[in-house]
Amino acid sequence: MYIYDELDRTLLSERVSEFRGQVARRLSGDLTEEEFKLLRLQNGVYLQLHAYMLRIAIPYGTLATPQLRMLAHVARKYDRGYGHFTTRTNIQYHWIKLEQLPNAMADLASVGMHGMQTSGNNVRNITTDQWAGVTPDEIEDPRVWAEVIRQHVTLHPEFSFMPRKFKIAVGSASHDRAALRIHDMALRLHRNGAGELGFEVMVGGGLGRTPFLAQTIKQFLPTRDVLSYVEAVLRTYNQFGRRDNIWKARIKILVHDLGPEAFAKEVEAEWLPIKDGQLVLDPAVVAEIRSRFQYPDYERLEDSPKELKDARAADERFSQWVDNSVSNHKVPGYAIVTMSLKPEGGTPGDCTAEQMDAIADLADRYSFGEVRVGHEQNLALPHVAQRDLYALWRGLDRVGVATPTVGLVSDIISCPGLDYCSLANARSIPLAQEITRRFHDINLARDLGRLHINISGCINACGHHHVGHIGILGVEKNGEEFYQITIGGRADEKARLGTLIGPAVRYGEVADVVEDIVAAYLELRARPDEIFLETVERIGVEPFRERVYAAR
Amino acid sequence: MRLVKSGHVIDDPYVRVADDAPVPDDRSVIVSAARYLANVAEFAGRTAPTGVLWPNNRRVAEIVPHLSKLALVALEFPKFRDGRAYSQARQLRETHGFRGELRATGDVLRDQFMFMVRAGFDAFEVKKEKDVAAFANEIARKTVFYQPTGDGRLPAARARHLRPAAPGIAGHGRG
Repeated sequence: MYIYDELDRTLLSERVSEFRGQVARRLSGDLTEEEFKLLRLQNGVYLQLHAYMLRIAIPYGTLATPQLRMLAHVARKYDRGYGHFTTRTNIQYHWIKLEQLPNAMADLASVGMHGMQTSGNNVRNITTDQWAGVTPDEIEDPRVWAEVIRQHVTLHPEFSFMPRKFKIAVGSASHDRAALRIHDMALRLHRNGAGELGFEVMVGGGLGRTPFLAQTIKQFLPTRDVLSYVEAVLRTYNQFGRRDNIWKARIKILVHDLGPEAFAKEVEAEWLPIKDGQLVLDPAVVAEIRSRFQYPDYERLEDSPKELKDARAADERFSQWVDNSVSNHKVPGYAIVTMSLKPEGGTPGDCTAEQMDAIADLADRYSFGEVRVGHEQNLALPHVAQRDLYALWRGLDRVGVATPTVGLVSDIISCPGLDYCSLANARSIPLAQEITRRFHDINLARDLGRLHINISGCINACGHHHVGHIGILGVEKNGEEFYQITIGGRADEKARLGTLIGPAVRYGEVADVVEDIVAAYLELRARPDEIFLETVERIGVEPFRERVYAAR
Repeated sequence: MRLVKSGHVIDDPYVRVADDAPVPDDRSVIVSAARYLANVAEFAGRTAPTGVLWPNNRRVAEIVPHLSKLALVALEFPKFRDGRAYSQARQLRETHGFRGELRATGDVLRDQFMFMVRAGFDAFEVKKEKDVAAFANEIARKTVFYQPTGDGRLPAARARHLRPAAPGIAGHGRG
C-alpha cells in the first residue's frame, strides 16, 4: 500500500480548512448556491434527492485497514451506518449534513483520505486493476504510475475548470480489469521492441448518452514523458472541448468531431514545446513513489497446501466459494480473494459499518492489512495465504460477503438510480435485487457461467450498461419507467458496446426479459462452456430478439 | 476599479477603450483583440502602455508575434466554471515568455486566486470586495503543491529530496 508523508498530509489539511471556510461563506450568504456548487463538487459533495452526498476517493482501489475502519466510523457517525462502493472505486455516503461535512472530511484526512476531485470538471480518481501488484499477468504494478499521475493532476491550477470531468485509467496486465477503453484517457503499460517501458495512449472513451470506445493516439509513449503528454492532452481538451452543451462536453465528442488523427496532431503540437521541460520524469521521483508502495514479507509457501485440500473435501460450500471467488496470486502459496458485495436481494456495492470493521479485522489477520476495491463494486483481499482460506472464508461468510457468485449473473453492477440520485429517470437497485432473487439458485448461476449484468438508472450510464453482457438502461416515457435492454457489451481488452435487443419494456417486465434472454442462451449455446457473450458474438442478436420478443 | 496587482490593492492605471472610442495618447489602455490586430502598427507607435483583452476562445498563437510590444494581456473568465484562460495564461507565460502584466478579468473569486497565480496571472479584477481583502490570506494558506508550473513553487516531489525523510503516516499500518 502507499504510505503518505507529511507533505501529503499538509496538502490535505489545507484543503479541509479551505472547504471549512467555503461552507461558512455559503451558510453566511457570501457565496451563492451556484458559486458554492462548483466548490463543493471539487470536494466530492453532491446535492441529491434527500440530502448531500459525500464521495470519497480510493485511489487505484487500495485501502489500508485503518482507512477502512475510518470509512466505517464515518458511516456510523455521520451517515446511516453504511457506505456505497462505486464503479470508480470510490465510496459514497448518501445522508450527510452540510454542517457536518468539514468534520467528516477532517476525520478522513487523518488517514490520508479525501473527496478531492471525486466530482467537478477536473481529473477524477485514477483507477486501475484491483489486482495490481499481485496478479501474475501484469508487467509491473500500475499503481506506481497511477500515483505519479494522481499527484500531478491533484489541485492542478490549469485543469480544475475543464469543460467536463476527465477519467483516467492505467492498466498493465494482459487481461484488462480496469475497463480501459471506456475512459476519457487510458494508459496501457507495455514494452516496445527494445524492451523499454512505455504506454499505449488511448483517448475519447466514455459511455453516457453518446457512447464511444477510446481510440489509440500513441502506440508507445516512453514513461519519462507521461506527465508532459497527459498535460498536452488535457490542455488540448481544456481549450477546445465544447462548453456550450453539457451533453457534448466530454473529450469523446472532441475526439470524434476532429477525428483521432487530427486530435493527436493537436496534442503533438501542444506536447513538443513542453516535452523536454520540467515535466520530464526524474527516475529518482518515480523510484521514491515506488518505494512508498509497500509489499508484504511473504512467506515461502507451496501452492495448494494440505489444509486447503482437506477443507475443500470436507466442506462443499467452501469449495464452491474457492472455485468462484479465489484467484491466482503471483507469489506461490498465496491467493487473491474477492469479497462479494452482491448478496441476494442486496444493493450492489453497499457495505455496512459492521462489515467494514469485520473485513478490516480479517484483512489484518489474513491479508497483511490491505484491502482492494474493484470497479465491479466488490472488494478484494490481495495477499491471503492459501492455508488460511478456510478460516478467512468462515469469517467472511459470517458477515455476508462470501456469496459465491463473483462474475456470475447475480454479480450486478448498478448505479444508485432513482432511489437516491437526482439525475435518474428510473430505479436501478430494486431491479438488481429482483434479478438476484430470480437467480438465487447457485447451481443455475454456475451453469450459466460468466455473465455480467449492468444497470443504469439514466443515460449518464454510471452503471456502465453499454458494456454489460446484458445492459439495462432506465428511461422515462410519459412519466413511466421504461428499460432498454442491450446484449453483447464488454469492457475488457476486447471492449465493445452492446446492441439493443428490442423495444423498451416496463419496470415489471425487466426481470422476465432477463430470464428469457438467459433461457434463450441455454438453448442456443454451442456447448456448456461457451459463455453468454461468446454465444452472442457467434450468432448475433437476432436469435435472442426472436425468442425474447416472440411472446411479447 | 480596484485591482489586486502583485499582491497589493491598487487603483487600476489602465482604462478600457471601447472599439468605437478614440484611444488617448497619454493613458495606459486596454483594447479589444480585434481592434489591436487591425491596427498593430499604430499601437506600436504609442509611448503609453498598451494592453489587449484576449478572448478565451481564440488561440494565443495569434497574439504571440506582438507580445514584445504589449505591456498587458487581460484574459477572460466569463464564468467561474470556464477555465480556458488558465491554459492561455500558462502558454503565454511559460511557452512564449510573456513578462508583462497578465490580468484575470470576469468572474474572479477568491477560490481561484491560487490557481491563477500558479498559472501566471499577476493582476486580478476581483468581483467581490470581501475577496479583495482576502487575497493575501488565500495565497498564504497553501504551502504544498504537487505539480510544477512557471511560478517557481517547489513541487512536493522535489521538496522531498531537499528535506530529511519525513516519517510515514502512522495510521497506515504495515503491508
